Amino acid sequence: MKPPDDIATHAALADATFRAYREAVIRLPPDVLKVIRRAAEAETSPVARGEFANILKNIEVADELGVPLCQDTGIPVVYLTIPPDVPLTQSLYDAVAEGVRRATKEVPLRPNVVEPLTRHNTKDNTGAGIPAIHVRPGDKFMVTVLPKGAGAENSSRTAMLLPSHVYGIEGFVVETMLHAEGKPCPPVFLGVGIGGTFDLAAALAKEALLLPVDTMTAFEQQICTSVNKLGIGPMGLGGDFTALAVKVKTAGCHTASLPVAVNVQCWANRHATVEVKR
Amino acid sequence: MSTRPVQLRTPLGEEVLALHAGDRVELSGIVYTARDEAHLRMQEKGIPFDPRGAVIYHCGPVIQDNKVIAAGPTTSARMNELSGFLIEKGVRGLIGKGGMGENVREQLRGKGVYFAFTGGCAALASSHMFLKGVFYEDLGMAEAIWVIELDRLPLVVGIDAHGNDIFEAARINAGKVFRSYSATTCTGRQ
Repeated sequence: MKPPDDIATHAALADATFRAYREAVIRLPPDVLKVIRRAAEAETSPVARGEFANILKNIEVADELGVPLCQDTGIPVVYLTIPPDVPLTQSLYDAVAEGVRRATKEVPLRPNVVEPLTRHNTKDNTGAGIPAIHVRPGDKFMVTVLPKGAGAENSSRTAMLLPSHVYGIEGFVVETMLHAEGKPCPPVFLGVGIGGTFDLAAALAKEALLLPVDTMTAFEQQICTSVNKLGIGPMGLGGDFTALAVKVKTAGCHTASLPVAVNVQCWANRHATVEVKR
Repeated sequence: MSTRPVQLRTPLGEEVLALHAGDRVELSGIVYTARDEAHLRMQEKGIPFDPRGAVIYHCGPVIQDNKVIAAGPTTSARMNELSGFLIEKGVRGLIGKGGMGENVREQLRGKGVYFAFTGGCAALASSHMFLKGVFYEDLGMAEAIWVIELDRLPLVVGIDAHGNDIFEAARINAGKVFRSYSATTCTGRQ
């Protein structure tokens, strides 16, 4: 028998996860909207302007009708911030999974999660290790849901560059989009993880997608400009905007390595954060 | 955007031959959704609708209570090897995202066009759609052939009937840009 506190926390977290998932698949964050609108204004290719018009109209319709922006409602990636008085127990993981199952039924979401070898669909968007849950300490009890669509995720790459080739990071990012072409539904957001280890670089790249996208450092802007010179454009139809923003996160790394990861995100950079009210 | 979109209604006829890659179109009338599984079955067992002038939509929609909830395009390239027989039987239009292979570009020559619809715009798409029927429902929601009536769905001609392909043009340009870029900036990979 769980203590009453534990049960209340479980229910509150499940509910917050459900609400964050629903919000994420229907409405984009304000900074993401701002960047899309800015690009739609600035785009000069007539075909690309038509694509932006569809994207803006789609955002409006989804909001109005309360339906998902895209039929690929993604695979659940969850970031959990827990305050000092919330113990990290299995119950927290179970509560997040419960919120995902409820969202699948009620939003509704497309059941996307399968067992990787048999390809058997679990039908509720959970599975072994999924939702992927990343926990960090903080002051407030918060849950962030980042539903990740497959088209963009499949174009993502990681590489172990030579430590002497720091200048090659930009080229690796640009080359990633050269290979991706229209497949990840550009204009994209690019999360770039630099440093750490093989696996940490990939985790940083995904976390970078949660950073505010309406500002860029000079380094991020430089990479973004080089990507946009490719001219792949919205949906690969050609245009000024292949990427809307590049966001970089770094970590300390071994003196003999330089891990780099690029997590590609479609124009719908979906994520939402909800406070868990106990 | 300066010019008004071309209005088209299915079944399509010779009017598609006048379209050019990059033209904006608003399409009305019946279209048939089909992904990998539906193509394989049609190839084996025959097409369950009149293919003359028909339009195929590469899409696995979300359907609930006989309504189209979300119906954005899927990646058309998966159907590269599965589209020739449809065009031969009279299909005049394909709708999807990401473009198609050189073989399809040739198959469409003098016969039909490939329309691009914006990826991720599932809510917008469904607001232009009415569900009319279904074939192969046993294939599951995503793979069945849904008969959908469109009301002015905004599309762009990606590949025209004269071999012009704007995806290919963007691809060739990106390759050129990258080659001159990497000549000056080594990518630094091992």
